Amino acid sequence: MAGPVDRDRAALTRANALPRWLVPALAALPVVVLAGLYSWPLTTLLTRVIRPSSIGDALHLPGLAEVVWFTLWQSVVSTLLTLSIGFVPAYVLARYRFVGRRVLLAIVTVPFMLPTVVVGAAFLAVLPSSWHGTARAVVVAHVFFNVAVVVRLVGAMWAVLPTDLTAAARTLGASPAQVLRHVVLPLLRPSLWAAATVVFLFTFTSFGAVRLLGGPAHPTLEVEIVRRATQLGDVDGAAVLSMLQLLALAGVVWWSARAQRRGTHALGGSSHWRHARSRRESWSVFTVGAAIAIVMSVPLLVMASRSFRLGDRWTLAAWRKLGTAEVRPGVSLGVDPIASLLTSLRFAAVAAVIAALVGGLAALAIAAAGRRGALLDIGLMLPLGTSAVTVGLGLLITFDTAPFDWRGRWWLVPLGHALVAIPFVVRALLPVLRAIPSDQRAVAATLGASPTRAWLAIDVRRVLRPLVAASGLAAAISLGEFGATTILTRAGTETMPIAIARLLGRAGELPRAQGFALATILLVVTAVVIIIVVGAAEQEGLFDARSR
Amino acid sequence: MNTRMLLAASLLMSTSLVACGDDDAPTTVTMLVYDSFPTTGTPLNDALAEFTKESGIKVQLLTAGDAGTMVTKATLTAGNPEGDVMWGVDNTFLSAATDAEIFESIAQVDYGDVCVNYDIAWFAEHDIAPPITLDDLIAPEYADLLVVENPAASSPGLAFMLATIARYGENEWEQYWTDLRGNGVEVVESWDIAYYERFSGAAGSAGDRPLVVSYGSSPPAEVVFADPPRTDAPTGVSAETCFRQQEYAGILRGGDHTGEAEQLVRFLLSERFQRELPLTLFVYPVNEAVVLPDVFTQFAIIPSDPFTVEPDAIAAHREEWQDRWTEIVLR
Repeated sequence: MAGPVDRDRAALTRANALPRWLVPALAALPVVVLAGLYSWPLTTLLTRVIRPSSIGDALHLPGLAEVVWFTLWQSVVSTLLTLSIGFVPAYVLARYRFVGRRVLLAIVTVPFMLPTVVVGAAFLAVLPSSWHGTARAVVVAHVFFNVAVVVRLVGAMWAVLPTDLTAAARTLGASPAQVLRHVVLPLLRPSLWAAATVVFLFTFTSFGAVRLLGGPAHPTLEVEIVRRATQLGDVDGAAVLSMLQLLALAGVVWWSARAQRRGTHALGGSSHWRHARSRRESWSVFTVGAAIAIVMSVPLLVMASRSFRLGDRWTLAAWRKLGTAEVRPGVSLGVDPIASLLTSLRFAAVAAVIAALVGGLAALAIAAAGRRGALLDIGLMLPLGTSAVTVGLGLLITFDTAPFDWRGRWWLVPLGHALVAIPFVVRALLPVLRAIPSDQRAVAATLGASPTRAWLAIDVRRVLRPLVAASGLAAAISLGEFGATTILTRAGTETMPIAIARLLGRAGELPRAQGFALATILLVVTAVVIIIVVGAAEQEGLFDARSR
Repeated sequence: MNTRMLLAASLLMSTSLVACGDDDAPTTVTMLVYDSFPTTGTPLNDALAEFTKESGIKVQLLTAGDAGTMVTKATLTAGNPEGDVMWGVDNTFLSAATDAEIFESIAQVDYGDVCVNYDIAWFAEHDIAPPITLDDLIAPEYADLLVVENPAASSPGLAFMLATIARYGENEWEQYWTDLRGNGVEVVESWDIAYYERFSGAAGSAGDRPLVVSYGSSPPAEVVFADPPRTDAPTGVSAETCFRQQEYAGILRGGDHTGEAEQLVRFLLSERFQRELPLTLFVYPVNEAVVLPDVFTQFAIIPSDPFTVEPDAIAAHREEWQDRWTEIVLR
């Protein structure tokens, strides 16, 4: 039943409706970028290579059913396990403030950002050798790499769950388990769906971890797509499988978007964190924190320690010779670590600017468009679910004629990074925008501002500073990006992940140790970026997801 | 052939005329290379810089993925290539490349071998003679010692499978792999995992298997990239397990600078460039005027009669063989 106040509010909302042109104007650039760099190239590739027979051929490949089954199985199991394991650290990191919390967040996040070629080998070394080449190794690695998603997305919502709700339930006699089941979980549901979707996308299309840890007996659809496209020259088969993968994932993303909307509850504004009060609580927080720190950092430390080992000695030799391309007279590794660091930083800066601009506009458009915004939201997620090989090959044959012959242009690489980072920028900004109470704009209107003016003064202004933090996130993603980079034709100095892969891919102890030294630098740079992002974000309530 | 050479010669002359008339804007020839080709800072790049200095032709290197990815891309862009010259198509991809008519002309630029490497110390310690032939690998004394790469995902893995096909023929190679599986062969996805995580012989490697499928030139790499320098290699090569890989450079059909491209390919075959190949790419030069570095003559093996399979047969059967192999070894 709508009371008079509600009716007034509805009238106000109508009067304050934003002009019709605003959403299309905001969405224009994101749509152009998405269409130009993703949809169009993909369509070009499909129409060029797929013949009527190739669909049937690809779907009747020997062993395909097993590949699809394993892909699905491992991603469902990985997702469920990541959700349940990430639950506890998400709670602790969201609800408590303690010394070293930001560093802990960075340690949890870094494996998600770094390329698998870098951390994967160290992870393999930590596992008992009887686990090598098993499905459980794949699942464990997926939990390790993706737990950050749960900590981030679920933690963000947990931070703003009003504590009085749980306190009330307790007063009414509910046991902690009942509170969790009947109060906390329903309220967290949208963020659980969001985290599950992202983890599912990443594990379904996982390539490096599957190859490294699952070994040859456990190929996934993505592994088969890459093999078809790059080893067998069967681009049409790869394209068909890639579409199969995309259809499945688009279905999941759409379904989950609906589930997220249905489960949305309006929650209070600010985050509810505290310091541990009792000794017992301090111990619990400490135990959980220490456990996360140890489990997450061991593979990273193993990786870093390898840069100090030559043969069976501990030495700084690999680090000392890092600045010199020539390791001895007439012999050089062909990798200039400093130059590749500078290249990576430059690309990260370009990618961050593009991702912030496009992602920022997209987030504003999605928030202003209400329900219809979901279409753009889902569209921007799709590149994450598409094999980079197919998009890369699509770009190659789409922009191949002057004046649009863009093949081998340096900026394609950071642009590719931006495409990967944009959905994360959108994810980070939407909650901020949706948290703005509509009364604020109404107040501005009452004071005489036009709807557009009010929107500029409130929404746009509110999003500017979080945008800086979100672009830091994009920079971190760019620093570690490997899959899309390696498929694009590149000129000039390589990015760090590529340089690392090149060093690790050859015989000799010095190149290998230098590869790990470079990986350690990448690790530290990424961690620093994340710590800065977390700092900036928390000041601005960037991760305070409310209604998604 | 004659027409093409004539054409090339005339193009060469016309472009050199153009070059004379326009000194300020030197022509740039673009060379597509695979990921592991160094783009800067090695003697190979210095040699290319010298070429630029002498000819006035700039060389731009474009990295285009691994060899297979590079060929796939060139196939998709046949006639409208990304560059003028491509470096590094090997004999396992050669037919795919020529069938797609991506090249104007090609020339072999280097070669190397994929061979089983062994951990010298391990075999000395256990007082077992290291294996020499493919037959040895299925003998009981070498049970559970070998790690290989998946031929469906790794180029040395594919080369080793092809070696067994060349050795045992269409009829018996499958039985060989059944025996190898029975003898405890381990399969991993990539060379670096095999060599560094599972093999025991490389300096700093973490594994416990003393036999690995790697390159004939891996032992000299172990010596060259040791710090402090060492005088002996920790690994050796099983001489009769090798598959010969040949790499080609080609002028891409439809490139803009055919004349300059011809000049560049000629330089790639010259002693000046070829002598830098061993210690940079760890392959052997085709130019016989090149004197091999000492570490190569000492520690690498050039097998007298390596296994090889015709490029046409590889292109025709690659997928079928990989699928059979997967069924035999992994299922």
